[in-house]
Amino acid sequence: MSLVLHLPALQVVLPLISAPLAVLLRHGGVAFAVVTAAAWAAFACAIGLWLQVGQAEGGVISYHIGSWPPPWGIEYRVDRLASFVLLLVSGMAALVLPYSRASIEREIPRELHYLYYAMFGLCLTGLLGITITGDAFNIFVFLEISSLSTYVLIALGRDRRALAAAYRYLIMGSIGATFIVIGIGFLYLMTGTLNLVDMAERLRTIESSRPVLAALAFITVGVSLKLALFPLHQWLPNAYTYAPSAATAFLAATATKVSVYVLIRFWFSVFGESLVFHKLPLPQILLLLSLAAMFAASFTAIFQDNLKRLFAYSSVGQMGYITLGMSFDSVNGLDAAILHLFNHGITKAAIFLLIGGLVLGLAKPGAVLPTPTFDRLAGLAKRMPFTCFGIVLAGLSLIGVPGTAGFISKWYLILAAMEAGKFWIVGAILLSSLLAVVYVWRFVEVAYFKPAPEGSVRQEAPLSMLIPAWLLVIGTIWFGLDTSFTVGTATEAALQLVRVGK
Amino acid sequence: MSGDFPVALILILGAVLIPVLPGLLRKAWMLALPVIAFGYLLAIPHGLHGQVELLGQTLTLMRVDKLSFLFGTIFLLAALLSVIYALHVDDTMQHVAGLVYAGAAIGAVFAGDLMTLFIYWELTAVSSVLLVWARRGEHSAATGMRYVIVQLMSGMFLLAGALLHWRATGSLEFGHIGLSNTAGLLILIGFGIKSAFPFLHNWLMDAYPEATPTGTVFLSAFTTKLGIYALARGFAGTEELVWIGTLMAAFPIFYAVIENDLRRVLAYSMNNQLGFMVVGIGIGTELALNGAVAHAFADIIFKGLLFMSMGAVLFRTGTIKGSELGGLYKSMPWTTGFCIVGAASISAFPLFSGFVTKSMIMSAAAMEGMTLQWLVLLFASAGVFHHAGIKIPYFAFFAHDSGIRCQEAPRNMLVAMGIAAALCIGIGIFPGALYALLPYTVNYEPYTASHVVAQTQLLFYSALAFAVLMRTGIYPPELKSVNLDSDWLYRKAGWGFVVTFRLALTETRAGLGGIIEGRRLAIADFLLRQRRPEGMLMRSWPTGSMALWVMVMLLAYLVLYYVG
Repeated sequence: MSLVLHLPALQVVLPLISAPLAVLLRHGGVAFAVVTAAAWAAFACAIGLWLQVGQAEGGVISYHIGSWPPPWGIEYRVDRLASFVLLLVSGMAALVLPYSRASIEREIPRELHYLYYAMFGLCLTGLLGITITGDAFNIFVFLEISSLSTYVLIALGRDRRALAAAYRYLIMGSIGATFIVIGIGFLYLMTGTLNLVDMAERLRTIESSRPVLAALAFITVGVSLKLALFPLHQWLPNAYTYAPSAATAFLAATATKVSVYVLIRFWFSVFGESLVFHKLPLPQILLLLSLAAMFAASFTAIFQDNLKRLFAYSSVGQMGYITLGMSFDSVNGLDAAILHLFNHGITKAAIFLLIGGLVLGLAKPGAVLPTPTFDRLAGLAKRMPFTCFGIVLAGLSLIGVPGTAGFISKWYLILAAMEAGKFWIVGAILLSSLLAVVYVWRFVEVAYFKPAPEGSVRQEAPLSMLIPAWLLVIGTIWFGLDTSFTVGTATEAALQLVRVGK
Repeated sequence: MSGDFPVALILILGAVLIPVLPGLLRKAWMLALPVIAFGYLLAIPHGLHGQVELLGQTLTLMRVDKLSFLFGTIFLLAALLSVIYALHVDDTMQHVAGLVYAGAAIGAVFAGDLMTLFIYWELTAVSSVLLVWARRGEHSAATGMRYVIVQLMSGMFLLAGALLHWRATGSLEFGHIGLSNTAGLLILIGFGIKSAFPFLHNWLMDAYPEATPTGTVFLSAFTTKLGIYALARGFAGTEELVWIGTLMAAFPIFYAVIENDLRRVLAYSMNNQLGFMVVGIGIGTELALNGAVAHAFADIIFKGLLFMSMGAVLFRTGTIKGSELGGLYKSMPWTTGFCIVGAASISAFPLFSGFVTKSMIMSAAAMEGMTLQWLVLLFASAGVFHHAGIKIPYFAFFAHDSGIRCQEAPRNMLVAMGIAAALCIGIGIFPGALYALLPYTVNYEPYTASHVVAQTQLLFYSALAFAVLMRTGIYPPELKSVNLDSDWLYRKAGWGFVVTFRLALTETRAGLGGIIEGRRLAIADFLLRQRRPEGMLMRSWPTGSMALWVMVMLLAYLVLYYVG
């Protein structure tokens, strides 16, 4: 069946079509159905691609748009890493969209619901497109699609500060995107091609010329901004805090992760390991910034009063682990980074989804939704046992307690640090986990041990929100016990990248 | 039976069912869990079971040998007693936490490799803190946080050490480790935190008196004894431990004598008993190890009994301050009796359990010619009698009548105390049964004339000293006071240093009008400000400064690239 051969195109086209459809239909319920169907179809495509990559020659699927062969035409290129990220992104969309229905009911005015779904569809399109494309300029285009729709998603938040947060993210995101396009421009100037594979080959002959180095700097800084690498993370806490709950969960699980993917792609597949790691002091810089993120952001998280903001800062800290893994310049380090990208994605999505339900549970009927500050959470475990217990389990994964997904990625990170002979980093990783203990345990202490206010009744989140969230919670436990899928895929991806990048 | 299924999981998985079971059935289930687990343990042959592959390593979930069997047995017994003691509590979370905690400790005891040990090690930390928090007060919240951080820290040391050990030896097996390299040192610190080594001990006195009356009984049994087990397994015969243990046995005595909170007195006295065990492990001869392990066994029972009796007092009167109690023997005669049995055991009266176990360690020290240590331990023994043997029952149940009239402890508490008291006396009179369980063959006779006479003399003179001091009014009175221990260093002095530092700087600045000091003051201020909402890391940055940072980053990269 020829449809199977066109999976790479369908992967992007289906959600892309769903977005304008949602706008044209102008009806919340129908738009929901269309975009959700597209997201599920995209998830099916991602599964199909993941299976195909295993059988493909050389472990890479190359799809030529309009049958124009690269480097003249645009190429979609799926290797192990891309298929893994596609799976994460589309899987998250497939889970978050059904959750959105009940969640945005009270967060977004009903007449704007169709816009939410349209933007969600566009954002999904952009993220999938960035991951799948093998063309540098295409990356920029999809990046803009996803970014612009993200700004709208954040601005849809009911809090007035959402607008300010979206604006700030817009400015920062645009600076980042500009840097990326300048970098790509330099590369185009030097190589005369936009196809990533072609570009990598041509770069080998001219690699250390100044424009190439400038391109590397621009792209690195631009992408660092998008992935919220400390100290360029300042747009993230507010954006996550004030966006609608479902949007926060989706963005936290996917947007920064796709940016990591872009960085890995440029560093390993385009510029090549030898240039990035051996000729330049990039690993050292990245190492320092990662450590700063792990400690400063986690430390900041401890003192937050708003639960959403707390976990937003925790995200910045956790991104530090991912970039730390990349900085080791080894298969194991990259392995750990890719693994944590996935594991942290599902963990944080679970937490934000549960917080969305928690906010609904805190609200009085008909009133404005409250901010989830700690003083409102007292004794919540009695009222919302499933929600609270889910947050605790996912929180354990954030800490890296054995038996959870977070432990697996930290374990590989520690192995990579030991392999690199940097034993003090092992200590740093373990110490920073203690900071995670403090902020997660703050929640446990308040929700489980503070007496609930008088007259509070048991009021769980709706099932349509609990089920997707708990699927992810179960996922964090599952991938902590059975690591064959995650570790297998991550290792394969890391090996493939390093082999190509040599 | 194959024994591949870990004993620990019977308790841990069983505990998960507790919240869904109705009243009576729940109680029966909680009581049944340790019994089922023990029955299962008896059916497993000694050897390695439950080996699984994880992360490219072979993990051994169940290693049953004499040492782990002994600790597994006493932990299950302690779990059963604690469950009986806590049976009246309605708070299901405490039950779940208690049983998971007991299960985790048992899992750690049967762990055949360092990875499994680490996993259970962390689980004990996470589950036990719930027992502290269950008291539900501002104070217990802060204490619990300190406690869990210290406990997890111990896990971190263990993990770091285990990884280094693995690198050095290529194996994760948990056998003798020794102090030959960094790995050994890190693991020893990890174990040392759990066993409350001097300067690593503050969590014990901090947290145990803050837990619920029933929670402390659970706590007293597992965490520290797990540390002792791990030391016996990994560091038997490490000479440094002799001195560490001697110090541990001696210094808490002073604190215990002046402390007013009677459960804190018991926490200090626990530290002192742990010292004896650590000495035994450090000596490392067969007799000494037998003694250490046997003493751990006996200590779990008599220390549990003492904590139970004090818990009953707290439960009935609402206070545990020595200065506010007294004369309770009229209201709580049974509790008084059980408490005295526990006190006699910990003081090592002949015919009570402490006598037959502690004297093994003392004899081992004497045989190895460690005269100085032996003398310190002798002093510590006299001190134990002083604070735990006499002070606890005296101030709680006798002394001046405080006028408190309350009910006798609930029946389930009395049953638990009764069983523990019977065991104390049973072990004291028939030590053979315990000796048969010990890791090495025992050729030791506790009831020789010289042992009995020496110990009786010691106790007699110690009692005499207490009586004389009380009569003459020299004995430190029970005052409401806060006693400084070394945790003062990090809890108060650290903060005080910052404050003094600022003060000093302000003054110098005023005096000199200098610029440099002003800058430094700004740094101290800056650090203090970070935890407030307007701190640099906390506040929302304006777009301009964010953009500036982007430029700085870009510039840094470009410069580095061109230079490099």
